[in-house]
Amino acid sequence: MRLVNIRPNRRTAVLLGAAPLLLLVLTYLIASASRHAFNPADKILPTPGAMIAAMRLLVLVPDPMTGERLFWSDTFASLGRLGLGLAISTVSALLVGLVLGLVPAVRATFGPTVTTIAVIPPIALLPILFIAFGLGEAAKVALIVIGILPLMIRDIAAHVEALPAEQLIKAQTLGASTWQLALRVALPQAMPRLIQAVRLSLGPAWVFLISAEAIASDVGLGYRIFLVRRYLSMEIILPYVAWIALLAIAMDAALRFISRRGFAWAHVSR
Amino acid sequence: MTAMLSLRNVWVEYGDKIVLERVDLDIAERSFVSIVGPSGAGKSTLLRLLLGQEAPTRGHILLDGKALKPECGPDRGVVFQRYSVFPHLDARHNVLFGLECARAPLTGRLFGGARRAGLAEADAMLAAVGLADSRHVYPAQMSGGMQQRLAIAQALVKRPRILLLDEPFGALDPGIRSDMHMLITRLWREHALTIAMVTHDIGEAFALATRVLTLDKRRHDPHAPHRYGATAVYDLTLDRRVAAESATASSITIDEIDNN
Repeated sequence: MRLVNIRPNRRTAVLLGAAPLLLLVLTYLIASASRHAFNPADKILPTPGAMIAAMRLLVLVPDPMTGERLFWSDTFASLGRLGLGLAISTVSALLVGLVLGLVPAVRATFGPTVTTIAVIPPIALLPILFIAFGLGEAAKVALIVIGILPLMIRDIAAHVEALPAEQLIKAQTLGASTWQLALRVALPQAMPRLIQAVRLSLGPAWVFLISAEAIASDVGLGYRIFLVRRYLSMEIILPYVAWIALLAIAMDAALRFISRRGFAWAHVSR
Repeated sequence: MTAMLSLRNVWVEYGDKIVLERVDLDIAERSFVSIVGPSGAGKSTLLRLLLGQEAPTRGHILLDGKALKPECGPDRGVVFQRYSVFPHLDARHNVLFGLECARAPLTGRLFGGARRAGLAEADAMLAAVGLADSRHVYPAQMSGGMQQRLAIAQALVKRPRILLLDEPFGALDPGIRSDMHMLITRLWREHALTIAMVTHDIGEAFALATRVLTLDKRRHDPHAPHRYGATAVYDLTLDRRVAAESATASSITIDEIDNN
């Protein structure tokens, strides 16, 4: 049988998918063990025991300075910023993208502006944001929004614009006004695409969040990673990175679930 | 029969390319007009004019004696070859859409009793096109023929003044196509429709219509082929079919009061 025709079933697929990840963990464990056999004080590849001990302090024991469990306050601070940034971006992308895609006059007016903003590297705007919004939460959320919003708007607008002309004409012969076209034809068909756009924006959103936290913050996952880097605390950095990966995977899975549940029509094939 | 739709000296030009020239047409109420012609002879352009999707460069189009607005409206229904149903709505809500647009300008949705009444109307229309059992099916799960049936039901529920068909059966298998011919003939009679259909299939044009129009260029300049537009070069009234229709028309009750 040709290789391209071998299709793993569900169980085999799960096993196959897990194998490289397990291999990665195993490789790390062997490398860590061999470094520690040579130098018990090695900090570069900490053992799982060292990671658990370090994380136990952060997860369970309140910090003597603030009285908070740092791991959780970092997590909630970061998720709060990320969630707010994503929420603002998603709602604005939907509204602006819908109007840009549907109404040619608006597209002609604001399309070039959106394109111009989209090509500016968001990190280059970070100093402006810090100057304008101060070093507080607003600047970090604004960085996420500026970082992902223009591309999301362009994606939604392009999707709405690409709706078959026949469909829009048909709707008009059925008596639909511009408002009804937006509400009943364009909006529902933009929704699955919007969820797709959010999923694709999660990666960049995390990048901007961690960058903003690394530069000016006193709490947050990115802040902690960059703080403990000074002490070469790989036993904290590595679990934090794994935790960020886990959060990102969970968000992606949740969005995929919402899309399949809420917009089943977009996932059916004949 | 009086002329319902009239074209007076209509020209369509794109830049220096002339697509249609001097088109003079009268389409009578309850006629079934097929429009045939070679590719590029302006068949679809003519249909877009009737639809109001574009305006003529010169000349006038009159619907019931009044100038036609260059914008699509609910007095003209349309079925395209593809993409004329909404993929995000199931069959029943595809048909309900037209009723909701008229009755709920702000929310675009009907609720309660109005919704039940609308759904009953939609279901009746679906039954009329033979989709009674597919009410909850989404277009993506339908065959091409079912999608076209749905598109017809969607248009007819609005009781349009004129139904425009743009190669509606062009993408269907021959067997399905003859089923659809029977369906459209039946609907045309029962709903007292006026139909204009663009088609590539001459057999289909003659089998269905009471009148066949052939669009083509009268003159041809080999050095500047784009400078002459097409017009109706043949206009055949199929007396045999007209006679057969008026015989059946007197024997059945036609609901023409409700047509808008």
